[in-house]
Amino acid sequence: MSSLGTKAQENRAADATRPRRMTLRDITQIVFFAVAVRLFMMLFIGLRVRGREHLNGPGPFILIANHSSHLDTASLLSLFPLMRLRDVRPVAAADYFERNAVVRTLTRAFFNILPIARKNITPENNPLRRMKEALDAGYSLLIFPEGTRGSGEEMGKFRSGVAHLLEQAPGVPVVPAYLVNMGRSLPKGAFIPVPFFCEVRLGAPCIIQGTRQEMIQELEAAVRELKEMD
Amino acid sequence: MWTAIENLAPLWRMGLLVLAALVVASAIVILLRLLKPQKNFAELSARVWAWWIMAAVFFGAVAISDVVSIVFFGFMSFWAMKEYITLLKTRPADHGSLVLTFLAIPVQYYWISIAWYGMFSIFIPVYMSLFLPVRLVLAKETKGYVASAAQIQWGLMAFVFGLSHVGFLLTLPAVSGTSADGRTMLLFLVFVVEISDVLQYVWGKTLGRHKIIPAISPNKTWEGFIGGIASAMLLSLTIRFLTPFSAAETLFVSLLITVAGFCGGAVMSAVKRDFGVKDFGGIIPGHGGMLDRVDSLCYAAPIFLHYVRYFHY
Repeated sequence: MSSLGTKAQENRAADATRPRRMTLRDITQIVFFAVAVRLFMMLFIGLRVRGREHLNGPGPFILIANHSSHLDTASLLSLFPLMRLRDVRPVAAADYFERNAVVRTLTRAFFNILPIARKNITPENNPLRRMKEALDAGYSLLIFPEGTRGSGEEMGKFRSGVAHLLEQAPGVPVVPAYLVNMGRSLPKGAFIPVPFFCEVRLGAPCIIQGTRQEMIQELEAAVRELKEMD
Repeated sequence: MWTAIENLAPLWRMGLLVLAALVVASAIVILLRLLKPQKNFAELSARVWAWWIMAAVFFGAVAISDVVSIVFFGFMSFWAMKEYITLLKTRPADHGSLVLTFLAIPVQYYWISIAWYGMFSIFIPVYMSLFLPVRLVLAKETKGYVASAAQIQWGLMAFVFGLSHVGFLLTLPAVSGTSADGRTMLLFLVFVVEISDVLQYVWGKTLGRHKIIPAISPNKTWEGFIGGIASAMLLSLTIRFLTPFSAAETLFVSLLITVAGFCGGAVMSAVKRDFGVKDFGGIIPGHGGMLDRVDSLCYAAPIFLHYVRYFHY
């Protein structure tokens, strides 16, 4: 890990400040988060946040977190200032989050997901290419490197996708996050959440370098360090 | 001016008294800071400020309307239960039963809103305790079954059922021949129990030597217990206008609810010890979680409700 402020990052930061027109979708998401998600997180989940300041840095960055629940994405996005929401795209499996027209419309409108293919990969739908394009366009990405939701008790092994992406987009800062109790509140297969207190722990942004293997290990270590705190 | 205050509605008279008590408490904190600048009064000061907020929120909730009061007490039960289950070691198989547990909270407060005493008093102890274990059976996991069934039902009894008795007081009409009704008696209960907690803390901090239950709560001393309860009993005489009690009965009821409150506090201390935590949460600065503040009420409220229902209605 090295410190922030590389040339590549400055260029991206300049890209990110390029004004984009506010769309109806952006407004839908902002209203949804302002009136529903934030209240839900405050009054139902009682979300606690440690290290919120680590989200204040200039984008684009890659937010990585452990994954055990559908609450993960909503709770992480709820921490961003409303006006920055539309700049963050959760990377999500197209075969799941676009399985029908209703789900597709909702996940696009409310979460602005970046759908990526898991099977039948062609040069056009290549996940790496889609993610790289989004970063270049100034979007920050939310990636769950485990690839799928786990039990919530033990973290799964990180897949190599993020490392591939960091190879193609060196110098993009990574913000590690560890989510506590989300998998108890709304585990895989459940539809109604139980209001366990949940916590989001955010780590300082870092630049990850090295071989793919080293990068993956470093990312896992960064998240695990947040897991072990307290 | 004094007669003007005496002619006020009991609720507002009580409000003025609490305001006066808070002003005195804050003045003491400011004095202590001036007299002993070398000592750190940050925690004491945080506690007193939190009392201002709690008193304001509580009075608002009780004064505005029945619906607001019921939602307020329902939310307190909800938050207390949240704090409890977060510390529990739950199994994935408990999910469905926990959902039901939380659904039981609005249902229990619905019985209060329609003043259905019979259903209010058996819904959780009878129906939930019969049905929750059945829901757990449907989860098809027998390992840890008894522990789960027991822990969940106990939490529901202690925190939701116990605390809902504060809310049920609201449904009691005026006692004939007095200006006291359920709402004013609710204020009496909460004031006496909370002031007794505060005074037990103050007496314990200043004079406390002999521990009552060192294995569970090292801060509870005989000096705090006796001094706190005795002074809370004396103070309760000043708010007798909220109740239909004679002076002697006021003292007796105060003794009853402060001792019950002490038991509630001791039980919750044991729960915290078991979980290995100091506080149940951090919603109230200087005080900890919701459960740290309402633990005494969970025990005092049922005793108080049944006492007044039996002897005054």
